[in-house]
Amino acid sequence: MKAETPRPAGSGFGEAIMVPVRLAMGLVDAPLRWVQRRLGIGGMAAFFLLPNMLIFGIFVLLPFFINFAYSMTGGTALFLDDRTFVGTDQYARLFDCSNYIDPNSCTEDTFWTAVGNTAWFVVLQVTLMILFSLITALILNRELMARSFWRAVFFFPVLLSPVVVGLIWKWILQRQGLLNFALYGFGFEPYTWLNDRNWAFAAAVGVSIWAHMGFYTLILLAGLQAIPKDLYEAAEMDGTRPARAFWRITLPLLMPNLLVVIVLVLIRAVQIFDEVYVLTGGGPGTSTLYLTQYIYETGFATQLRNPGLAAAASILMGMVLVVLTLIQLGLGRSSEKKGSRK
Amino acid sequence: MTKTRTMLAAFAVGLLTSTAAMAGDVRIMWYSDGVEGEVLKDLLDRFMKENPGINVILDNVSYSVVREQLPVQLEAGDGPDIARVTNLKAQSQHWLDLRPLVADAAYWDTNFGDQADWMRPDGSNQISGFMTQITIAGGFANKTLFDQAGVAVPGKDATWDDWAKAARQVAESQQVPFPMALDRSGHRLSGPNLSYGANYIGADGKPAPLDEGSKAFLEKFVGWIADGTMSKDVWVSAAGSTYRAAADDFINGQLVYYYSGSWQVPNFSTKIGSNFDWVATGSPCGPANCTGMTGGAGLVAIKYTKNPEEVAKVMDYLAREDIVKEFSERTLFLPAHKGVLAKGLDFKTDDAQAQAALNEFVAAASSLSDLARKLPGWHWSDTVYGALVTRVSQAAAGEMPLNEAVTRIDADIAAKVKDSGL
Repeated sequence: MKAETPRPAGSGFGEAIMVPVRLAMGLVDAPLRWVQRRLGIGGMAAFFLLPNMLIFGIFVLLPFFINFAYSMTGGTALFLDDRTFVGTDQYARLFDCSNYIDPNSCTEDTFWTAVGNTAWFVVLQVTLMILFSLITALILNRELMARSFWRAVFFFPVLLSPVVVGLIWKWILQRQGLLNFALYGFGFEPYTWLNDRNWAFAAAVGVSIWAHMGFYTLILLAGLQAIPKDLYEAAEMDGTRPARAFWRITLPLLMPNLLVVIVLVLIRAVQIFDEVYVLTGGGPGTSTLYLTQYIYETGFATQLRNPGLAAAASILMGMVLVVLTLIQLGLGRSSEKKGSRK
Repeated sequence: MTKTRTMLAAFAVGLLTSTAAMAGDVRIMWYSDGVEGEVLKDLLDRFMKENPGINVILDNVSYSVVREQLPVQLEAGDGPDIARVTNLKAQSQHWLDLRPLVADAAYWDTNFGDQADWMRPDGSNQISGFMTQITIAGGFANKTLFDQAGVAVPGKDATWDDWAKAARQVAESQQVPFPMALDRSGHRLSGPNLSYGANYIGADGKPAPLDEGSKAFLEKFVGWIADGTMSKDVWVSAAGSTYRAAADDFINGQLVYYYSGSWQVPNFSTKIGSNFDWVATGSPCGPANCTGMTGGAGLVAIKYTKNPEEVAKVMDYLAREDIVKEFSERTLFLPAHKGVLAKGLDFKTDDAQAQAALNEFVAAASSLSDLARKLPGWHWSDTVYGALVTRVSQAAAGEMPLNEAVTRIDADIAAKVKDSGL
């Protein structure tokens, strides 16, 4: 006879609330067993993934193929049936350039201007975002006074809508904005920051970093907190300098988180649109016109829309994102392999 | 997983909030420059009391929604039942023919016939709607600044150069940041272009390459932006054909001379009040004439409506002489209704400046060139305006020389014509 384990206090209530759960489980148990008998245990994984894959198929894959079909058509009509098949003409139009470095030599000069702007934006924004997120995470990982408060301060902008972010910074940076008001108070001449190509570009990069840095800091902070403390204690006992500990312990062990952050920041940077659109409208001139805005304006906002050209540009942008993601995933796997060998 | 959950939630919310057109419902998409949304709501409340079976829903939206989102809805065979639109001709294939539905088609022809062609497909006699206001582009001067600077306000036949010279003197004297500004709009830019002899319409009715008239003013305009005579803020502040007005700079006393149009009168009357004196000046002259542009906003019925009879009743009501008169007097808009114009208007304002400005714009209507009167009914107007804004702003930002911008404008327009398949 087995000795009965004593019930913990309060388990009566716990038992009671589990009744409907057990009832529900009982209801699905029989059909799931029936499915498992037919598919086998291996097939159950696919079965449980099916709803997710269905949604992915309907909302991601299907639009991708429809978009591809649009990119092969011409005209201004919206419905695919009403559009004429033009093959790869839209792609040829996008690539019709005598010198890719000089957008003015291209038929679709605005597209290449947007490509160039996006490339610069990605290089600068990704580098600075990673750098600032890492530094902030390292600082917030230390024993600070009011550490939770500081974490909230850095995370707060993430909660704001991109439109709100754009409007706040426009209010600060415009000619009669807060920054000029403050500068004027200190005896400086007001400056039209958003009408200067370089400052507008810097503002676009800076604002997007301000708005999203908190999220990436949080991921890196989680990674930092997962590094065992005894590694640092051992290093300290061995007389390792803090900088060496950072390069030899922190960075290698943070690499999986860092790779995730790099992938996310990169994808987000290539897709940049909302806050910059509100902040600068793509100006001055076209100096902060990025690919997504070009696609939006070509497809929807111009006087005579060209959905085919916009679709072709978005397919190209999608391909760039796929390539970047694959490179990052490849790097991630190789780093995992190296880690497991060690 | 989070992404798929979000998608499912959005789909569910979309299903729950999607509203099918109910019998008797008439949905109006409306944008406002001033108080016209409130006036219309008041008028529609009265209509619904008189017609309890018809429920009119007024959706107040921003102008950008009308310009950017409505066209996509229309292309998809969707949209509101009635909309207030400025791009009337190019979208005319989406308007409902009210001729067989309105109570008295002859009334519509008599009173709104002059502008009927602006909003119907070429060659048809369709009644698509009516103009809620006729607008005339023209200038405004900050008279207080002129008086303080001791500079005389240029007279009736003053040229663009005269205005530029005077505005520069005033700005220098009064330490105002901008002597002049012109809205970031192809429609606005076309007024001075036409006064310099421009003609956009080719012999085949399609857009012609920019001629010497356009080039002459554009060169002057870009030069003025470069030397600070014309506000750079407005024109370089965005990419593409995005609309930007300089009204706030004028209202804040930061601008000596502002080229916009009659629709700003109620806005200035409300917001400037007694802060400073301002006057409407008509359009400055160029070598060819002293024209501005005409146009306005039309209220059109959409052919995808499920309730065409109810829509026609609402349109009949809003086009009634007494209603048009009340709407115009309360909003300070110039009406299109011939009967109302013939009997005169008693604009509901105590602001003598606004009254004088409205009279000035009515007088300026006589200076409009034939081409200025023709362009609102020309299919390609908005195509030309869009290309002008996009490329001239690039030249103004120093991204390309003006001759390159002109070449691009011609190429952009040619590509759009080709894309349209017309």
